[in-house]
Amino acid sequence: MAITLLIPTALRNFTDGKKEVQAEGKTVGEAVDNFANVYPDIKRHLYDEKGVLRAFINIFVGETNIKNLQGLDTPLKDGDTVMLVPAIAGGK
Amino acid sequence: MSGIISDDRVTDLSKEEILRYGRHLILPEINIEGQKKLKAAKVLIVGVGGLGSPVALYLAAAGIGTLGLVDPDFVEESNLQRQIIHSSKDIDRPKTSSAKDKIQDLNPFVNVVTYNSTINSSNALDIAKGYDLIIDGTDNFQTRYLVNDVCVLLGIPNVYGSIFQFEGQASVFYAKEGPCYRCLLPAPPPPGLVPSCAQGGVLGVLPGIIGSIQAVEAIKLITGAGTPLIGKLLLFEALEMKFSRLRIEKDPNCPICGNHPTITKLIDYEEFCGLKTKEKPVDKISPLELKKLLDAGKKVQIIDIREPHEQAIFKFPQAKYIPFGQLLRRKNELDEKLDAIFICKIGQKSVFAIRLLQNAGYKGKLFNLDNGVNGWAEVDPSAPLY
Repeated sequence: MAITLLIPTALRNFTDGKKEVQAEGKTVGEAVDNFANVYPDIKRHLYDEKGVLRAFINIFVGETNIKNLQGLDTPLKDGDTVMLVPAIAGGK
Repeated sequence: MSGIISDDRVTDLSKEEILRYGRHLILPEINIEGQKKLKAAKVLIVGVGGLGSPVALYLAAAGIGTLGLVDPDFVEESNLQRQIIHSSKDIDRPKTSSAKDKIQDLNPFVNVVTYNSTINSSNALDIAKGYDLIIDGTDNFQTRYLVNDVCVLLGIPNVYGSIFQFEGQASVFYAKEGPCYRCLLPAPPPPGLVPSCAQGGVLGVLPGIIGSIQAVEAIKLITGAGTPLIGKLLLFEALEMKFSRLRIEKDPNCPICGNHPTITKLIDYEEFCGLKTKEKPVDKISPLELKKLLDAGKKVQIIDIREPHEQAIFKFPQAKYIPFGQLLRRKNELDEKLDAIFICKIGQKSVFAIRLLQNAGYKGKLFNLDNGVNGWAEVDPSAPLY
């Protein structure tokens, strides 16, 4: 499945400034893994030492949080938009 | 239309108030009943900075009866690019005092209560008690979790906003009716992984947009007008001028608002955010020591990990440029036999760069320049503070 992955400002340092990238994968987990293999510097931001997706990164397919779908096993279809939303804390 | 203010708390408006708030009174969604609720409302604003500035100004103008302001900081020149409640003449004054003056100039009907101190687990419930909602305008994860937990424990809404570079988020976390901050973010990022605005920058107008959204949400909660951002996360991106609204749900396993809460009182937020873990400190070098080394012609490698556009502000003498994001990929460009000195803007991200290399098995000696380029400005008159 070819999907569009939207990259937030906070992670664009690791994608050569790209705001969105095309990725392939049958599930969200597969698509994100394939994306991380193209931009390896982003891996430690997305996954902890044990390879688990970090708790401060939420992933949405369309408007829905994958936590409320099937997590990283959420199936994707062609043309889906997957958004990475990391926590930001700025306010001052 | 009901809102979070009970009818028994409202009092009549004076003639002067009717004149001042006339444009609200003729909106059917607010009308005189809503305006009376705004007058009865008590709102606590935590952080009177980028977000807190527009929130405080708009809520004061809107006629909120009591505004509490919490901020331990003093106004600095570099705040004025975005913290519009403060002025050049306020530099070095407590932010709470500066903000109080502006609010009282704007609307003498508002009662302003100031707390010129850091909010923490030992004082937060005392400060927040009696307020109807809290505006989260803080700039760090530990205070955001603290504000969330205070709101859940007191049963009041947390009107959330956060910003970074050109991007902002807003939501209303109200555990009685939807998810809380912990439902969305069960754990904070490890220290250093997410840069702050001081490190990454922020468009000055951005907090104006997100803070204004927080002010709208507060007014909606108080008056009962419209549908608040409960269970929704609003994302804003200024460069593409794009808003997205995402759905977020309550986590039944949330440790504070779920079915079986394990957090029943405030905790140690510094510890929760990993700020107390004892890591071996990295070796450091002071700007003066580095200057002496360079003046003496000693051979060292200086690695500047700032982004290219930051190097354009000041080119560090003799530095090799490897932006933080490329460090692991390019670690073979370093010579393990030579001392390496790491430079960033304020000397914090460079610590993480050193740890990153150490964890990746780098064997050479690594030093952190104390206070980064801003520290270097003390010994090199050509270097700017920024």
